[in-house]
Amino acid sequence: MDLHRLKLRIWKDRGFKAIVILFSFLSIVPLLLILFYIIKNGILSISWEFFVELPRPVGEKGGGISNAIVGSLLLVIIAGLPSIPLGIAAGIYLSENKKSRITYWSGLAVDVLQGTPSIVIGIIVYLWVVVPMGGFSAFAGGIALGIMMLPMIVKATEETLSLIPGSLKEASLALGVPYYRTILRVTLPAGVSGIMTGVLISTARVAGETAPLLFTAFGNAFMNWNLNNPVNSLPLLIYNYATSPYPEWHQVAWGASCVLVVFVLTLNLVMRTVIRRWKVQF
Amino acid sequence: MDTLVLSKGKMLSTHPGVRAEATFQKTIFLSALVIIVLLVAIFLSLLIHSVPSLKAFGLSFFFSKTWDPVSATFGVLPFLVGTLLTSFLALLICLPFSLAISIFIGEYFKKGALSSFLKTVTELLAGIPSIIYGFWALFVLVPIVRNFQTKIGVFPYGVGILTASMILSVMIIPYAASIAREVISLVPSDVKEAAYSLGSTRQEVITKVVLPYARSGIVAGILLALGRALGETMAVTMVIGNSNRLPKGFFSPGNSMASVIANEFTEATASLHISSLIEIALLLFLVTMIINIIGKYIIKKISVGA
Amino acid sequence: MDLLGAGASFPYPLYSKMFYVYWQKTGVKINYQAIGSGGGQRQLLNMTVDFGGSDAFMSAEALEKAPAKILHIPTCLGAIVLTYTLPGNPRLRFTPGLISDIFMGKVTKWNDKKITDINPNENLPDMNIMVVHRSDGSGTTFVFTDYLSKVSKEWEKKVGRGKAVNWPVGLGSKGNTGVAGFIKYSPGAIGYVELGYAVLNRMPVAAIQNKAMRFINPGATSTSIAARVFLPDDTRISITNTNAIEGYPIAGFTWILVFEEQAYRGGPEKKAKALAKALWWMTHEGQKYAEPLHYAPLSAEAIIKTEKIIKSITHNGHSCLE
Repeated sequence: MDLHRLKLRIWKDRGFKAIVILFSFLSIVPLLLILFYIIKNGILSISWEFFVELPRPVGEKGGGISNAIVGSLLLVIIAGLPSIPLGIAAGIYLSENKKSRITYWSGLAVDVLQGTPSIVIGIIVYLWVVVPMGGFSAFAGGIALGIMMLPMIVKATEETLSLIPGSLKEASLALGVPYYRTILRVTLPAGVSGIMTGVLISTARVAGETAPLLFTAFGNAFMNWNLNNPVNSLPLLIYNYATSPYPEWHQVAWGASCVLVVFVLTLNLVMRTVIRRWKVQF
Repeated sequence: MDTLVLSKGKMLSTHPGVRAEATFQKTIFLSALVIIVLLVAIFLSLLIHSVPSLKAFGLSFFFSKTWDPVSATFGVLPFLVGTLLTSFLALLICLPFSLAISIFIGEYFKKGALSSFLKTVTELLAGIPSIIYGFWALFVLVPIVRNFQTKIGVFPYGVGILTASMILSVMIIPYAASIAREVISLVPSDVKEAAYSLGSTRQEVITKVVLPYARSGIVAGILLALGRALGETMAVTMVIGNSNRLPKGFFSPGNSMASVIANEFTEATASLHISSLIEIALLLFLVTMIINIIGKYIIKKISVGA
Repeated sequence: MDLLGAGASFPYPLYSKMFYVYWQKTGVKINYQAIGSGGGQRQLLNMTVDFGGSDAFMSAEALEKAPAKILHIPTCLGAIVLTYTLPGNPRLRFTPGLISDIFMGKVTKWNDKKITDINPNENLPDMNIMVVHRSDGSGTTFVFTDYLSKVSKEWEKKVGRGKAVNWPVGLGSKGNTGVAGFIKYSPGAIGYVELGYAVLNRMPVAAIQNKAMRFINPGATSTSIAARVFLPDDTRISITNTNAIEGYPIAGFTWILVFEEQAYRGGPEKKAKALAKALWWMTHEGQKYAEPLHYAPLSAEAIIKTEKIIKSITHNGHSCLE
């Protein structure tokens, strides 16, 4: 019964807990600092004109980020159109054919694709799309972002569908519903919250990507709706303006950062609501 | 999965359901296949375009520290060192924080407002775009580092390996924390109860029982965080100094593999220059692939065992 | 009608203004991305852009290797200045040898004797010199290293001239904007940027001793004087280390590069004509925007040669200008 040693161990226990709590909350500090800094500086830029006007030439005050907002939206839509259906379809296969060889290799490919640096994807799309098409384009940028969205959607679909009890499927099949209809009309809807989560997370992720757009969407000083032409985007604008020496451009970059962060955080919040309201409990 | 029930009275081969069924099966199969094909195609593309550089430099590419477009001599060593230095330093810095979060949520506060708050915050950290991290680092971290360097008498670059590591570590905290947290919370109670019944304090149970038990999950989290750090481009390129020479220390400017590609790819006019940059991309691709595979493998082993 | 160009960041402030005005005047959108002169040449060769911008003219070998004939159309002249951030914003003077020494890392402190000897009236601090160069493929770098190669045999041997070189010291930033942006917030930093970037940011510029041993301040006038040399018909010429007595020694043309025959990759004649018209406007009415932004307009002689070149742009053999 060494009282001294016991006291030491109790102090270690309390100290450890204190350190864990301290470090946990210290981790929040950067997030708060970043959000605070961006909002504090960016809020000054936010105005109606900011959203609807085009950027001004170098060194001139005023202007807005309308082309970057439109460009970002275009890119995300182009990215989602092929990758969401493809990702869901692949996810269905992976969750329904767990023992298949293809499932093993496909799952591996999904993991590797997810971990591939975005700059590498940018190079690939430059080689595959930009050079053959003869130019930079919103289309190329969208493809690059789409490739990045794909693994997240596949995994979200696969994991969600795997969690749905087999009894649901069996019941439907027993009632005479064909297999494909079962999946499409029974299983998928039951998993919609998880799949939507995957879609929202991947959208939020690619909306903020810059690296793959450097050699694909390229950037544009003007408004552009033509998919064959280069297009501006929020992250590209922030990158170009932040690294410039012009205080007017820095101000615009803060405002654009504000818009981007609010967009990404809103998606995250929407995701939470989706999970809560649409999640089917079993 | 293979039962196909027909409605009464229709012939098997002409029932529209049969065709729809077959189409469906084919579609989802092809979708899964497409992903494999995509990945292989990425690898092959990178490889084919690296050939000129591979032929010109061979193995010396990995040991040469000269990156000279004028004389068309290229070596990846400065960028390899820059990437490894920043990634490992970032990992080192983030580890206490990630572990703290995972122990906090996985052990001390498994449920409740505090736990969800911390979980939300961690996810938000992961959701902030890297360009924003870079922007903030450029305007806030760099002056701080510069002041610090002036105080301790080192050349006040402000940018450099250290600054890049710092912002990188913030970015990877969520990655290391998430998996560690899962594994820690999954440690079976009977193992812990056994230790408690022997008179251990909470801290002793955590450090001597829980953490070792969750060891593989923690390692997996570290690997995933490492994979993320290795490939990060924008935040790094804004604060690493973009100096294509071997960094002399943590305060030197340097460059990383992803960053040099971002800087020079659109402009490299000589085909050997382009090929060397693509070879770097190939290297980056292979390294992150291996790390991710190992990490995921460890995770699979844990989930199967649990 | 949309046109796409990419390349030099050297003239970017001017192009940005010119294209904005041109859009308001004609509705033609000319999207120019400042990715560096190297990028301008490469993207033109890859045929992913309609024109490239470069302050480094393409070498004879590069032109030989190109898939078709490429024309160089000068748009303005600019000065490359040494800018720095020091307490008190002193106006400094540099000699060619000193510049070479600084960028080679041989002179590392601001109060080094070599600097104080030439600037006796300035109170130079005991600070380290932080050299900043370009991290991307840059025509500005080409002109600067071309100058250094001419004035320093050691530089020519050890580093050479190029759009991207193996810098002995210093750190890199992307584009003229990146370099200026970095220097502006880094005490003790020095680097080379196009004049407009320094002036627009109220950063000090150095006077440089030219071949005639005079210390010349960079500006539109001294730049124009430096350009008073015989211009070859294709306008590809370096005017660094000029012989002109009052000429600024680190100046250069910046060019727009286009293919002579515009029907490559099946582009419509409309586009080729729009491009030629835009180029004509840039080298005539557009010139009035040069001086306010601290560039020098093209001399009358240069404009004559330029007109000939623009007129030679064809689409399927037909001239693009009526």
